[in-house]
Amino acid sequence: MNVPDDLKYTESHEWIRPEGANGRVGITDHAQEELTDIVYVELPKIGSKVQAKQPAAVVESVKAAGDIYSPVTGTVVEVNTALEANPALVNTDPFGEGWIFVVALEIPEELAGLKDAAAYRESIGG
Amino acid sequence: MSTPTASTAPKKTALFDEHVAAGGKMVDFGGWHMPVQYGGILEEHFAVRNALGAFDISHMGEVFVSGPEAKAWLNHLLTNNLDRIDVGECQYTFMLNERGGVVDDLIVYRVDEGSYMLVVNASKIEEDVAWMESHLQPGVILENKSDEYAGIAVQGPRAIQLFDRFFDGRVSRPARNEIKSINVDCTSILISRTGYTGEDGFELFFSANCAPKVWQEILEKGADFGIKPCGLGARDTLRLEMCYPLNGSDLSPDHTPLEGGMSIFVDLDKPDFIGRPILAEQRENGIPRRLVPFKMIGKTPPPRSHYGIYKNGQRIAETTSGTLSPTLGIGIGMAYIPTEFARINEQIEIDIRGRRFPAVIERKPLHRK
Repeated sequence: MNVPDDLKYTESHEWIRPEGANGRVGITDHAQEELTDIVYVELPKIGSKVQAKQPAAVVESVKAAGDIYSPVTGTVVEVNTALEANPALVNTDPFGEGWIFVVALEIPEELAGLKDAAAYRESIGG
Repeated sequence: MSTPTASTAPKKTALFDEHVAAGGKMVDFGGWHMPVQYGGILEEHFAVRNALGAFDISHMGEVFVSGPEAKAWLNHLLTNNLDRIDVGECQYTFMLNERGGVVDDLIVYRVDEGSYMLVVNASKIEEDVAWMESHLQPGVILENKSDEYAGIAVQGPRAIQLFDRFFDGRVSRPARNEIKSINVDCTSILISRTGYTGEDGFELFFSANCAPKVWQEILEKGADFGIKPCGLGARDTLRLEMCYPLNGSDLSPDHTPLEGGMSIFVDLDKPDFIGRPILAEQRENGIPRRLVPFKMIGKTPPPRSHYGIYKNGQRIAETTSGTLSPTLGIGIGMAYIPTEFARINEQIEIDIRGRRFPAVIERKPLHRK
């Protein structure tokens, strides 16, 4: 199970990559494996505000729709429009091309409260 | 009419261990532990469309009806006409309530001169048997053998190649809607040329205690043909592309089979059967709504069941089924639409979690070879 060391993780299986004043967000390999074939991603609107632990996006498999929770509080500054034509990127490259949105961090200290790779790896039994 | 059942854990089919060993994601389907998928719904769907898939259908019910009055009794209980089938043939039919609504849809197999096997939906076995028992007449013997039987459906363009390799000339292939019987070392097998996917294929019914053996042999002998075990997720996307109805979703006690577009499986020339008066009246006066398929326009979240359908801003209906069609790459579904709007190319809107997306009513089936 892929759990990159340079990321922070939530209990609800999102990851965030700090990028200066921003954070890039997606779902983990563990999450995409549980969902399997993702057929649709509902992206947040650029400029919308997101709250830590509140729903910000939706990924849908054939059988179910699942909320994606923002790991942090802030404003959405970028969304991955490639997922509109190719939602399967979330499955094939969850930490790379399958990123979902970028947040401008309002409270950078929130990052310290997230799990590091070792803690997340342990929580998924890996 | 719902039958109260004791609250119990879901039942396991004879192939439960096989599914778990193969990595099946198990869910509770109508009171049964069933695999919703193994590797992935899309992969399994395309295996059936392009090569070969195997489904555990052991959860379905097998009810045997025999006795001197069996045919007359069944012709009174069911909508289709058993005069249309010889020994060794089967037909799709409906069991209705007095309001003409559907208790269950099923296939009845004429396995012998006065002997019939009804294969019914897994979630309805107890209810169907209770209904039949409450209408039982002298000269009819009713036996619920669901627990004794396992079933496997093999579906896909390579199904006949697998059939030939599996049976090795010991029995010839049944034609569409034909059934044959053969003894293999563990059990006798009833084989029909039927299926719920729109592809060529066979359904095998046999002794439950032989199920793991037969399943493994099918997967082994089908390996050269690209066979994959397939779960309920793919079963749903495949049948919905064909617009085959699902009882509990598209069929219900509140809709007649005429509203369901199933009139070819109803013989109103039969003098009497349960529900006939309502259907005769509908044939006379027309139906108020019709089960039609729709296709989303453009990329949208997948439609699902129980979503509101709008026309000119007014809510006119609710979806009965919905999914992402893997073959078409677009959302599809079905709904009972009021007759005045139930026309091909009619534009409608589907409410998906608070947002409305355009869709269009299409002709059946949504997928054609």
